[in-house]
Amino acid sequence: MFETDKKLLNNYQRDFPLVPRPYAEIGKQLGLSEGEVIENFSHHIESKTISRIGAVVKNGTIGASTLAAMKVPQEKLIDVAKIVSSFDEVNHNYEREHNFNLWFVITAPSEARLQEVLSEIEAKTKITPINLPMVRDYHLDLGFKISW
Amino acid sequence: MVNNAAISHPEGVFASDDELALIEALCGGLPLVPRPYKILGERLGMSEEDVLQYLESLIARGIIRRFGVVVQHRRLGYTANAMVVWNISDELVDEIGERMGKFDFVTLCYQRPRRLPDWPYNLFCMVHGAKRETVLAQVRELADSLGISDVPNEVLFSSRQFKQRGARYGNGHK
Repeated sequence: MFETDKKLLNNYQRDFPLVPRPYAEIGKQLGLSEGEVIENFSHHIESKTISRIGAVVKNGTIGASTLAAMKVPQEKLIDVAKIVSSFDEVNHNYEREHNFNLWFVITAPSEARLQEVLSEIEAKTKITPINLPMVRDYHLDLGFKISW
Repeated sequence: MVNNAAISHPEGVFASDDELALIEALCGGLPLVPRPYKILGERLGMSEEDVLQYLESLIARGIIRRFGVVVQHRRLGYTANAMVVWNISDELVDEIGERMGKFDFVTLCYQRPRRLPDWPYNLFCMVHGAKRETVLAQVRELADSLGISDVPNEVLFSSRQFKQRGARYGNGHK
Protein backbone atom coordinates (compact mmCIF):
# COMPACT_ATOMS: atom_id res chain seq x y z
CA MET A 1 0.00 0.00 0.00
CA PHE A 2 1.14 3.52 -0.70
CA GLU A 3 2.31 5.73 2.13
CA THR A 4 -0.60 8.16 1.72
CA ASP A 5 -3.04 5.25 1.71
CA LYS A 6 -1.70 4.07 5.04
CA LYS A 7 -2.08 7.53 6.45
CA LEU A 8 -5.64 7.81 5.15
CA LEU A 9 -6.53 4.62 6.99
CA ASN A 10 -4.46 5.14 10.13
CA ASN A 11 -4.58 8.84 10.88
CA TYR A 12 -8.27 9.59 10.51
CA GLN A 13 -9.87 6.92 12.64
CA ARG A 14 -10.50 9.56 15.25
CA ASP A 15 -10.46 13.33 15.19
CA PHE A 16 -11.77 13.35 11.64
CA PRO A 17 -11.80 17.04 10.59
CA LEU A 18 -14.95 18.85 11.71
CA VAL A 19 -14.73 21.62 9.15
CA PRO A 20 -16.98 22.37 6.17
CA ARG A 21 -14.56 20.74 3.69
CA PRO A 22 -12.96 17.84 5.62
CA TYR A 23 -11.57 16.06 2.56
CA ALA A 24 -9.81 19.24 1.43
CA GLU A 25 -8.36 19.56 4.94
CA ILE A 26 -7.06 15.97 4.86
CA GLY A 27 -5.67 16.64 1.38
CA LYS A 28 -3.81 19.63 2.71
CA GLN A 29 -2.23 17.48 5.43
CA LEU A 30 -1.22 14.69 3.03
CA GLY A 31 -0.38 16.67 -0.09
CA LEU A 32 -3.39 15.47 -2.09
CA SER A 33 -6.23 17.30 -3.73
CA GLU A 34 -9.73 17.18 -2.26
CA GLY A 35 -10.81 15.07 -5.25
CA GLU A 36 -8.00 12.57 -4.72
CA VAL A 37 -8.90 12.13 -1.05
CA ILE A 38 -12.55 11.49 -1.91
CA GLU A 39 -11.53 9.09 -4.66
CA ASN A 40 -9.19 7.20 -2.33
CA PHE A 41 -11.80 6.83 0.39
CA SER A 42 -14.40 5.75 -2.18
CA HIS A 43 -12.01 3.12 -3.44
CA HIS A 44 -11.39 1.78 0.09
CA ILE A 45 -15.11 1.63 0.75
CA GLU A 46 -15.74 -0.21 -2.50
CA SER A 47 -12.99 -2.71 -1.78
CA LYS A 48 -14.27 -2.91 1.82
CA THR A 49 -10.97 -2.15 3.53
CA ILE A 50 -12.99 0.49 5.35
CA SER A 51 -16.65 0.04 6.13
CA ARG A 52 -17.51 3.74 6.42
CA ILE A 53 -16.51 7.09 7.77
CA GLY A 54 -18.78 7.44 10.72
CA ALA A 55 -19.49 7.67 14.40
CA VAL A 56 -18.78 4.92 16.89
CA VAL A 57 -21.31 5.51 19.63
CA LYS A 58 -20.44 4.73 23.23
CA ASN A 59 -22.13 1.57 24.31
CA GLY A 60 -25.14 2.16 26.49
CA THR A 61 -25.53 5.90 25.98
CA ILE A 62 -28.14 5.71 23.26
CA GLY A 63 -30.85 3.12 23.00
CA ALA A 64 -30.10 -0.41 24.13
CA SER A 65 -27.64 -2.94 22.86
CA THR A 66 -26.42 -6.37 23.76
CA LEU A 67 -24.27 -9.28 22.69
CA ALA A 68 -26.12 -12.58 22.40
CA ALA A 69 -25.03 -16.12 21.62
CA MET A 70 -26.68 -19.37 20.63
CA LYS A 71 -25.71 -23.02 20.40
CA VAL A 72 -26.79 -23.99 16.91
CA PRO A 73 -26.51 -27.51 15.48
CA GLN A 74 -23.90 -27.25 12.71
CA GLU A 75 -26.26 -28.37 9.94
CA LYS A 76 -28.71 -25.61 10.82
CA LEU A 77 -26.19 -22.83 11.21
CA ILE A 78 -26.64 -21.14 7.83
CA ASP A 79 -30.43 -21.12 8.12
CA VAL A 80 -30.43 -19.88 11.68
CA ALA A 81 -27.83 -17.21 10.82
CA LYS A 82 -30.08 -16.01 8.01
CA ILE A 83 -33.02 -15.63 10.37
CA VAL A 84 -30.89 -13.72 12.87
CA SER A 85 -29.41 -11.45 10.18
CA SER A 86 -32.87 -10.66 8.83
CA PHE A 87 -33.58 -8.48 11.87
CA ASP A 88 -32.82 -4.85 11.21
CA GLU A 89 -31.72 -4.53 14.85
CA VAL A 90 -28.93 -7.09 14.37
CA ASN A 91 -25.84 -5.28 13.13
CA HIS A 92 -23.13 -7.93 13.62
CA ASN A 93 -23.64 -11.64 13.26
CA TYR A 94 -20.83 -14.15 13.05
CA GLU A 95 -19.73 -17.69 13.72
CA ARG A 96 -17.23 -18.54 16.45
CA GLU A 97 -15.51 -21.83 17.11
CA HIS A 98 -17.26 -22.93 20.30
CA ASN A 99 -20.40 -24.73 21.52
CA PHE A 100 -21.89 -21.28 21.43
CA ASN A 101 -21.20 -20.92 17.75
CA LEU A 102 -23.42 -18.02 16.67
CA TRP A 103 -22.76 -14.56 18.14
CA PHE A 104 -24.65 -11.41 17.33
CA VAL A 105 -25.02 -7.82 18.44
CA ILE A 106 -28.48 -6.28 18.77
CA THR A 107 -28.99 -2.52 18.84
CA ALA A 108 -32.49 -1.18 19.42
CA PRO A 109 -34.13 2.14 20.35
CA SER A 110 -35.27 0.71 23.68
CA GLU A 111 -34.67 -2.17 26.08
CA ALA A 112 -38.26 -3.31 25.42
CA ARG A 113 -37.64 -3.64 21.69
CA LEU A 114 -34.35 -5.42 22.36
CA GLN A 115 -36.12 -8.01 24.52
CA GLU A 116 -38.75 -8.37 21.81
CA VAL A 117 -36.09 -9.10 19.19
CA LEU A 118 -34.51 -11.74 21.45
CA SER A 119 -37.93 -13.39 21.93
CA GLU A 120 -38.70 -13.27 18.22
CA ILE A 121 -35.34 -14.85 17.40
CA GLU A 122 -36.03 -17.59 19.93
CA ALA A 123 -39.53 -18.17 18.54
CA LYS A 124 -38.32 -18.36 14.94
CA THR A 125 -35.23 -20.50 15.54
CA LYS A 126 -36.43 -22.58 18.53
CA ILE A 127 -33.08 -21.90 20.15
CA THR A 128 -32.74 -19.83 23.32
CA PRO A 129 -30.07 -17.13 23.08
CA ILE A 130 -28.00 -16.14 26.10
CA ASN A 131 -28.14 -12.39 26.60
CA LEU A 132 -24.80 -10.82 27.60
CA PRO A 133 -25.26 -7.06 27.90
CA MET A 134 -22.27 -4.92 28.77
CA VAL A 135 -21.87 -4.29 32.49
CA ARG A 136 -18.72 -2.17 32.29
CA ASP A 137 -16.43 -0.93 29.51
CA TYR A 138 -12.73 -1.08 30.37
CA HIS A 139 -11.27 -0.02 27.04
CA LEU A 140 -10.82 3.45 25.62
CA ASP A 141 -11.43 3.20 21.88
CA LEU A 142 -8.64 4.94 20.02
CA GLY A 143 -9.29 3.21 16.73
CA PHE A 144 -7.38 0.31 15.29
CA LYS A 145 -3.63 0.69 14.99
CA ILE A 146 -2.61 -0.94 11.74
CA SER A 147 0.95 -2.23 11.55
CA TRP A 148 1.83 -2.80 7.93
CA MET B 1 -37.72 10.27 11.82
CA VAL B 2 -36.55 9.48 15.34
CA ASN B 3 -39.61 10.21 17.38
CA ASN B 4 -38.66 8.99 20.81
CA ALA B 5 -38.04 11.71 23.34
CA ALA B 6 -34.51 12.32 24.56
CA ILE B 7 -33.25 8.99 25.84
CA SER B 8 -31.81 9.14 29.29
CA HIS B 9 -28.90 7.14 30.53
CA PRO B 10 -28.12 6.10 34.10
CA GLU B 11 -24.97 8.21 34.04
CA GLY B 12 -26.98 11.21 32.93
CA VAL B 13 -26.00 11.34 29.27
CA PHE B 14 -28.72 12.79 27.08
CA ALA B 15 -29.04 13.09 23.34
CA SER B 16 -31.69 15.30 21.80
CA ASP B 17 -33.97 14.20 18.96
CA ASP B 18 -31.90 16.22 16.50
CA GLU B 19 -28.71 14.59 17.71
CA LEU B 20 -30.22 11.12 17.49
CA ALA B 21 -31.38 11.86 13.96
CA LEU B 22 -27.86 12.96 13.06
CA ILE B 23 -26.28 9.80 14.52
CA GLU B 24 -28.85 7.78 12.64
CA ALA B 25 -28.07 9.59 9.38
CA LEU B 26 -24.36 8.90 9.91
CA CYS B 27 -24.92 5.15 10.09
CA GLY B 28 -24.71 4.94 6.33
CA GLY B 29 -21.39 6.78 6.45
CA LEU B 30 -20.32 10.37 5.90
CA PRO B 31 -21.14 11.29 2.27
CA LEU B 32 -18.08 11.35 -0.01
CA VAL B 33 -18.68 14.81 -1.43
CA PRO B 34 -16.82 18.09 -0.87
CA ARG B 35 -19.36 19.42 1.67
CA PRO B 36 -20.53 16.24 3.46
CA TYR B 37 -21.84 17.98 6.58
CA LYS B 38 -23.94 20.31 4.43
CA ILE B 39 -25.46 17.32 2.61
CA LEU B 40 -26.22 15.56 5.90
CA GLY B 41 -27.81 18.76 7.16
CA GLU B 42 -29.99 19.08 4.07
CA ARG B 43 -31.32 15.57 4.64
CA LEU B 44 -32.19 16.45 8.23
CA GLY B 45 -33.34 20.03 7.83
CA MET B 46 -30.32 21.44 9.68
CA SER B 47 -27.63 23.86 8.63
CA GLU B 48 -24.06 22.73 8.03
CA GLU B 49 -23.07 24.71 11.10
CA ASP B 50 -25.66 22.89 13.25
CA VAL B 51 -24.34 19.53 12.09
CA LEU B 52 -20.76 20.45 12.97
CA GLN B 53 -21.78 21.83 16.36
CA TYR B 54 -23.87 18.80 17.24
CA LEU B 55 -20.99 16.50 16.29
CA GLU B 56 -18.49 18.47 18.36
CA SER B 57 -20.81 18.40 21.32
CA LEU B 58 -21.61 14.68 20.99
CA ILE B 59 -17.89 13.92 20.90
CA ALA B 60 -17.12 16.22 23.84
CA ARG B 61 -19.87 14.57 25.89
CA GLY B 62 -18.51 11.11 25.08
CA ILE B 63 -21.69 9.93 23.34
CA ILE B 64 -19.69 9.58 20.13
CA ARG B 65 -16.54 7.86 21.35
CA ARG B 66 -14.82 8.03 17.99
CA PHE B 67 -15.60 9.83 14.77
CA GLY B 68 -13.69 8.88 11.64
CA VAL B 69 -12.59 6.02 9.44
CA VAL B 70 -13.94 2.62 10.49
CA VAL B 71 -11.60 -0.04 9.10
CA GLN B 72 -12.46 -3.65 8.32
CA HIS B 73 -9.88 -5.76 10.15
CA ARG B 74 -10.41 -8.79 7.97
CA ARG B 75 -9.79 -6.96 4.74
CA LEU B 76 -6.55 -5.56 6.09
CA GLY B 77 -5.20 -9.02 6.70
CA TYR B 78 -6.17 -9.27 10.36
CA THR B 79 -8.06 -12.46 9.81
CA ALA B 80 -7.43 -14.03 13.20
CA ASN B 81 -10.00 -12.46 15.43
CA ALA B 82 -10.41 -13.85 18.91
CA MET B 83 -12.84 -13.12 21.65
CA VAL B 84 -11.13 -14.16 24.87
CA VAL B 85 -13.36 -14.80 27.86
CA TRP B 86 -12.33 -15.22 31.49
CA ASN B 87 -14.01 -16.10 34.75
CA ILE B 88 -12.58 -13.51 37.14
CA SER B 89 -13.77 -13.22 40.72
CA ASP B 90 -16.21 -10.34 41.28
CA GLU B 91 -13.74 -8.69 43.67
CA LEU B 92 -10.97 -8.56 41.06
CA VAL B 93 -12.81 -8.08 37.79
CA ASP B 94 -12.68 -4.26 37.74
CA GLU B 95 -8.97 -4.11 38.52
CA ILE B 96 -8.06 -6.83 36.00
CA GLY B 97 -10.40 -5.34 33.37
CA GLU B 98 -8.89 -1.85 33.69
CA ARG B 99 -5.40 -3.26 33.23
CA MET B 100 -6.41 -5.60 30.39
CA GLY B 101 -8.05 -2.72 28.47
CA LYS B 102 -4.71 -0.92 28.31
CA PHE B 103 -2.84 -3.53 26.25
CA ASP B 104 -2.40 -2.18 22.73
CA PHE B 105 -3.47 -5.42 21.06
CA VAL B 106 -6.73 -5.48 23.03
CA THR B 107 -9.38 -3.67 20.98
CA LEU B 108 -12.38 -4.14 23.29
CA CYS B 109 -12.66 -5.11 26.94
CA TYR B 110 -16.01 -5.51 28.64
CA GLN B 111 -17.46 -6.98 31.78
CA ARG B 112 -20.62 -8.97 31.00
CA PRO B 113 -22.87 -11.15 33.20
CA ARG B 114 -22.24 -14.86 33.71
CA ARG B 115 -25.11 -17.11 32.61
CA LEU B 116 -24.71 -20.19 34.75
CA PRO B 117 -24.44 -23.09 34.27
CA ASP B 118 -23.81 -22.66 30.54
CA TRP B 119 -21.70 -19.56 30.55
CA PRO B 120 -19.31 -18.96 33.48
CA TYR B 121 -17.30 -16.07 31.98
CA ASN B 122 -17.62 -12.43 33.04
CA LEU B 123 -14.67 -10.67 31.37
CA PHE B 124 -14.46 -10.36 27.57
CA CYS B 125 -11.73 -8.93 25.40
CA MET B 126 -11.03 -8.86 21.67
CA VAL B 127 -7.62 -9.52 20.17
CA HIS B 128 -6.95 -9.15 16.43
CA GLY B 129 -3.95 -10.50 14.59
CA ALA B 130 -2.71 -11.68 11.22
CA LYS B 131 -2.21 -15.23 12.51
CA ARG B 132 -3.70 -17.43 15.17
CA GLU B 133 -0.29 -18.12 16.69
CA THR B 134 0.26 -14.39 17.17
CA VAL B 135 -3.09 -13.99 18.83
CA LEU B 136 -2.52 -17.00 21.11
CA ALA B 137 0.91 -15.66 22.09
CA GLN B 138 -0.71 -12.33 22.95
CA VAL B 139 -3.33 -14.06 25.06
CA ARG B 140 -0.55 -15.85 26.97
CA GLU B 141 1.26 -12.55 27.44
CA LEU B 142 -1.95 -11.03 28.76
CA ALA B 143 -2.52 -13.88 31.21
CA ASP B 144 1.08 -13.85 32.45
CA SER B 145 1.29 -10.07 32.86
CA LEU B 146 -2.00 -9.91 34.73
CA GLY B 147 -1.25 -12.95 36.88
CA ILE B 148 -4.37 -14.80 35.70
CA SER B 149 -2.76 -17.79 33.98
CA ASP B 150 -4.57 -20.14 36.34
CA VAL B 151 -7.97 -18.53 35.76
CA PRO B 152 -10.39 -20.46 33.54
CA ASN B 153 -10.58 -18.89 30.09
CA GLU B 154 -11.46 -19.73 26.51
CA VAL B 155 -10.35 -18.30 23.18
CA LEU B 156 -13.14 -18.11 20.61
CA PHE B 157 -11.88 -17.48 17.10
CA SER B 158 -14.39 -16.13 14.64
CA SER B 159 -14.87 -17.91 11.35
CA ARG B 160 -17.75 -16.95 9.07
CA GLN B 161 -19.10 -13.44 9.21
CA PHE B 162 -22.78 -13.34 8.31
CA LYS B 163 -23.49 -9.65 8.77
CA GLN B 164 -21.59 -6.50 9.64
CA ARG B 165 -22.68 -2.92 9.47
CA GLY B 166 -22.88 0.16 11.67
CA ALA B 167 -25.39 0.12 14.51
CA ARG B 168 -28.77 1.74 14.00
CA TYR B 169 -30.54 3.33 16.88
CA GLY B 170 -33.71 4.84 15.45
CA ASN B 171 -37.03 3.31 14.52
CA GLY B 172 -37.32 4.85 11.09
CA HIS B 173 -36.21 1.80 9.14
CA LYS B 174 -39.19 -0.42 8.95
